[in-house]
Amino acid sequence: MKRRLSREREDSSTSSCAGPTDSCKRVKQPHDDSGELMPHWTRLPQEILLHIFQYLPLLDRAFASEVCRCWNQAFHMPELWRCFEFELNQPASSYLKATHPDLIKQIIKRHSNHLQYVSFKVDSSTESAEAACDILSQLVNCSLKTLGLISTARPSFMELPKSHFISALTVVFVNSKSLSSLKIDDTPVDDPSLKVLVANNSDTLKLLKMSSCPHVSPAGILCVADQCHGLRELALNYHLLSDDLLLALSSEKHVHLEHLRIDVVSENPGQQFHSIKKSSWDAMLRHSPNFSLVMYFFLYEDEFGPFFRDEIPVTHLYFGRSVSKEVLGRVGMNCPRLVELVVCANGLRPLDEELIRIAERCQHLSAIGLGECEVSCGAFVEFVKMCGRRLSQLSIMEEVLIPDHKYSLDEIHWEVSKHLGRVWFPDMMPTW
Amino acid sequence: MVVNSVHWFRKGLRLHDNPALQEALNGADTVRCVYILDPWFAGSAIVGVNRWRFLLESLEDLDTSLRKLNSRLFVVRGQPTDVFPRVFKEWNVTRLTFEYDSEPYGKERDAAIIKMAHEYGVETVVRNTHTLYSPDRIIEMNNHSPPLTFKRFQAIVNRLELPRKPLPTVTQEQMDRCRTQISDNHDERYGVPSLEELGFKSQGDRTHVWKGGETESMERLNKHLDRKAWVANFERPRITAQTLFASPTGLSPYLRFGCLSCRVFYYNLRDLYIKLRRRSSPPLSLFGQLLWREFFYTAGTNNPNFDRMEGNPICVQIPWDHNPEALAKWAEGRTGFPWIDAIMTQLRQEGWIHHLARHAVACFLTRGDLWISWESGMKVFEELLLDADWSVNAGSWMWLSCSAFFQQFFHCYCPVGFGRRTDPTGEYIRRYIPKLKDYPNRYIYEPWNAPESVQKAANCIVGVDYPKPMVNHAESSRLNIERMKQVYQQLSHYRGLSLLASVPTIQEEAEPPMSDDSQASSSTAGQGSTPPPSTPPNSEPSSPTAAAPGTHIQRKRGLPSELTSKQKTKVKHANQAKGVEQIIDEKQ
Repeated sequence: MKRRLSREREDSSTSSCAGPTDSCKRVKQPHDDSGELMPHWTRLPQEILLHIFQYLPLLDRAFASEVCRCWNQAFHMPELWRCFEFELNQPASSYLKATHPDLIKQIIKRHSNHLQYVSFKVDSSTESAEAACDILSQLVNCSLKTLGLISTARPSFMELPKSHFISALTVVFVNSKSLSSLKIDDTPVDDPSLKVLVANNSDTLKLLKMSSCPHVSPAGILCVADQCHGLRELALNYHLLSDDLLLALSSEKHVHLEHLRIDVVSENPGQQFHSIKKSSWDAMLRHSPNFSLVMYFFLYEDEFGPFFRDEIPVTHLYFGRSVSKEVLGRVGMNCPRLVELVVCANGLRPLDEELIRIAERCQHLSAIGLGECEVSCGAFVEFVKMCGRRLSQLSIMEEVLIPDHKYSLDEIHWEVSKHLGRVWFPDMMPTW
Repeated sequence: MVVNSVHWFRKGLRLHDNPALQEALNGADTVRCVYILDPWFAGSAIVGVNRWRFLLESLEDLDTSLRKLNSRLFVVRGQPTDVFPRVFKEWNVTRLTFEYDSEPYGKERDAAIIKMAHEYGVETVVRNTHTLYSPDRIIEMNNHSPPLTFKRFQAIVNRLELPRKPLPTVTQEQMDRCRTQISDNHDERYGVPSLEELGFKSQGDRTHVWKGGETESMERLNKHLDRKAWVANFERPRITAQTLFASPTGLSPYLRFGCLSCRVFYYNLRDLYIKLRRRSSPPLSLFGQLLWREFFYTAGTNNPNFDRMEGNPICVQIPWDHNPEALAKWAEGRTGFPWIDAIMTQLRQEGWIHHLARHAVACFLTRGDLWISWESGMKVFEELLLDADWSVNAGSWMWLSCSAFFQQFFHCYCPVGFGRRTDPTGEYIRRYIPKLKDYPNRYIYEPWNAPESVQKAANCIVGVDYPKPMVNHAESSRLNIERMKQVYQQLSHYRGLSLLASVPTIQEEAEPPMSDDSQASSSTAGQGSTPPPSTPPNSEPSSPTAAAPGTHIQRKRGLPSELTSKQKTKVKHANQAKGVEQIIDEKQ
C-alpha cells in the first residue's frame, strides 16, 4: 500500500491518473523487479474501469472507490450515475435494508444532474414516503427520463398530505422536460399535476402507469392522451376509461399504442360500472392493430353486468375473485384476441362447455391458469387437444380436474403431455 | 461384558417399528428408555398448551406400555448435554440408541451427543425410521440436491424400492432379558410431568379432541383403514363442512410425534388397496399425505436456514410488511372475516385444522391480504399446530406464500368466497364463532354487508360485537398480486405481459433421466448473473436472489450455503466414524 502511494506521488505532480495515452504506455510496461502487477492496476484507462465498474453492484463499487484516487474518480464518473434505485425502508416496517442516508446525500450533491433513470422503492411506513418526496424535491438539476414510485407493501404515498406529494412530484415534471417513462401507481397524483406533466413532457412521454390513483378523473387522463401523442403504454383503473379516451388514443396524431392495462376494482358490493362502446374499441384496434389489452378484474360475481357483452379486443385477462360460468361463456364468445386467461375461482359447476368454446374461438390463446374451478378430465383433454402446442403456459390446480369415465387423475397428465408435446403436471398444494 | 443400554426417545414415541429401541434391547443386560425434558423451556410461548399436553399424554402412554413389560419410562429433567454425562456414570451406560433426526438442528445436537458418548466409551446406534426413506439417499439420486418440485420428488421415489418393512412391537420376552431395577421413588425422579409443573394452568376435565399416544394412534389407524375400506374409494373425497372438523381418524399429529410409524401407515394403506382393488401396485397419490411430509424433510435436511427468508437459498426475497398489530389480529382470530377467524379459533382451541383451512389462512396472512412474512405465520403454527414440525411447517409456509418451489401465485383464496364454497351452510363458522350463529347463510361469511336489521336480529353488530373486516379484500389482492408480479419479474427477468410466465420454471420438473438435469437449476432465473449496465443498480442486500440450487446471481457471495452445510455434514459423518461404532442405516 505504502509503496504504491509513494510511487504515485513520484510519478505525477497532479492527478495520479494521467490521460489515456499515458495509461496505455504504463500498461504496456513490463513488471518491475519484484514482479508486482499493482502499478498496472492503478493505471487502467478510465473507459476500462468504467466498463468493469458497471458490472459491480453498488456496494462493491463503493469498496473499490476506496482503493485509490484513480478508482475513486472512476466511481464518480457520470455514466455510473445514470441509473439509481433509492430503497427507503424503516426497520420497524420492513425486513429489507435501505439505501444509506450518506449515500443519498452524496448523490444529491454530486450526481443529481447525472441521474436519468430513477426509481424509489418504499415500504409501508409514511417516513419512507416522506423521504422519497424529500429527495424528489431536491432533484432540481435533473433531466430524468424515467421515474418510478414503487410501493413494496402498503401504499405509503397515499398516506402523505396530498399537497406535499404533489409539490415534490411537480419539481421533477417541471425540471425534467424529457420524461419518457413514469410509474406513479397508488399515489395521490391529481388532474392539475397531470397538466403540469403534460405541459413539460408531452413530446417525450411514452409510458404512464397510474393504476389506483383515486384523485385523477377521466378528464385528467384525457388531457394526457390528447397531448402526449407518443404515449405507447398506459395503465389505469377502469373508472378513468372512457370512449373519449380510447378515441383520443386512436387519433391520427397518436402513435400506435402498444399496451393498455386496466384494473377493474370494486369499491363497494353492487357497484355499477359504465360500459365502453364497441365502436371505441374498434377504433383502437384499427389504429393500433397489434396492441395488447390487459384487464385485471377484482369484482363480485354480480358486478360483471356491463362486461363482455360485445366483442372486446382483450389479450390478457385475469379474474382475481370468483367469476361466474356465464361470464366465462361470454368471454369465449367475445374475446377473439385472447392470449392469456387466468381464473382465480369459479365455483362448483364444471366449466367444460366454456373451455371448449374458448379453445374454439380464442385461436391465439397460449396461456391459461385455473384456480378453484372444476373441469371434467374428458373436457380438459379435449380443450388441450384443440389448443395443441400453442399452449405454452398451462397452470391448473390439481383440485380442478374431476375424474370421469374417460380419464382418472393418474392418466390425465400423460394425455395432456401428449397433446402439448412436453411433460405436464397439474399444480399441487401440500395436503399435509 | 455387561451391556447397559439407554434408548433416547425424542420423536418416535412408540414401541412398534422401533429398530433403534430393538438395538438397545439386543443382547443387553439392562435397558432404560429415557425422554429428556427441560421444564424451564416449557414456559416459552413458542409451544402452546395443546402441543405440550399431546406430548405429555404420549409419554404417559409410553410409560403405561412399558409398565406392562415390567419397565418404565425415565423422564429426565434437563438438557441432553448435561443429562447424558450424569446418566452415563450413574447407570454405567455402554450403549446409547436413538432414532435419526434429519433436521439440521437435530443433526448438530446429535453429533455433539455422539462425540460425547464416544468420550465416555459409549457405543451409539442410530436408526432412520421417522421418514419412509433416507433424505440423503433421495438427495443423492437427484444429483446431490433436494428435489424442489413435488413431481420431481415423486419421480425419484418411484424409482426407489419400497420403504423398509416395519418391525413388530417390543415383546415381553425381549424386555425380560434385560430387566432393569425400577426404584421406589421412580415417579418422583423420573415420572412424566404434569402440565402444571410446566407452568400451565390446570386444564380441568375438558376432554380434548386429539389424545396423544401410541395406543390412541393405533386405534385411529384401524378406524382410518376401516373407513377407507367401507368407502371402497381411494379417490380424493369431496370437501364438505364435515371435512373441516377434526376427524376421529386423523393421523397427522401422531405421525409428527412418531406415535405412529409412517411405515406402518404406508404398508397398511398399501395392503388394503391391493386387497380391495386386486391390482398389484397402488399409485403414488395414495400416499399423498406421507409423501408431502417426506418432501419437506428432504428439502430441509441440509438447509439450516430453511425456516427463514434471509440467507435461505431456495426462498424468494419478498419485501413483506412488518406489522405486529395486524399479525396479532390474524393470530387471535380477530380479522373480521368469519372464515379466517373460525379457522384460527379451531386451531387455537384444538390444535389441528384441515389443509384447505391452512391454505386459506396462510394466503390471507401473506400474499393474499396482509402481506406479512410467512415466518410470522410459521411461528404461530409452531405454537398451536399439533402436527407442525420444523421441516414440514417451514416448507408448507414457503409453499403457501409462493416463496419457494416455483409456485404460481395467481391463485388467491378469497376469505369470503372460498369459505362459502367449501361450507355453504356456515356450520363451521357457527361452531367456532358462536357470536355469529344467528346470521343467515347469505351474510355469515360477510357480516359487514348485512343490513342493520339483519345484524340486530342476529344480536351481533359488526364493529361492536364482532370486528369490522381489517382489509378490503379486492384492494389488497389487487395490490398484492402486483407486488408478487414485481418480485417475480425481477427474479426471472421476464419483461412480457403474461402473469403466468413471470414465474421461472425449473427444468427438474421434466422426467428425463436425472443426469441430464445436472445443469438443471433454473432456466430463466440464473440468466441475470451479470447485470447489464443499463439497469438500475440495487443496494446489494435487498435484491431478490432466489436462485435455484447451484445458481447464484451474485457469485461474489461465495459458495451456495446449502453446499457448505452439506460439506459440514460430510465432515461430521467423518468425525462420527472415527472410533465410534455407529451404524446409520442409510439403505432405505
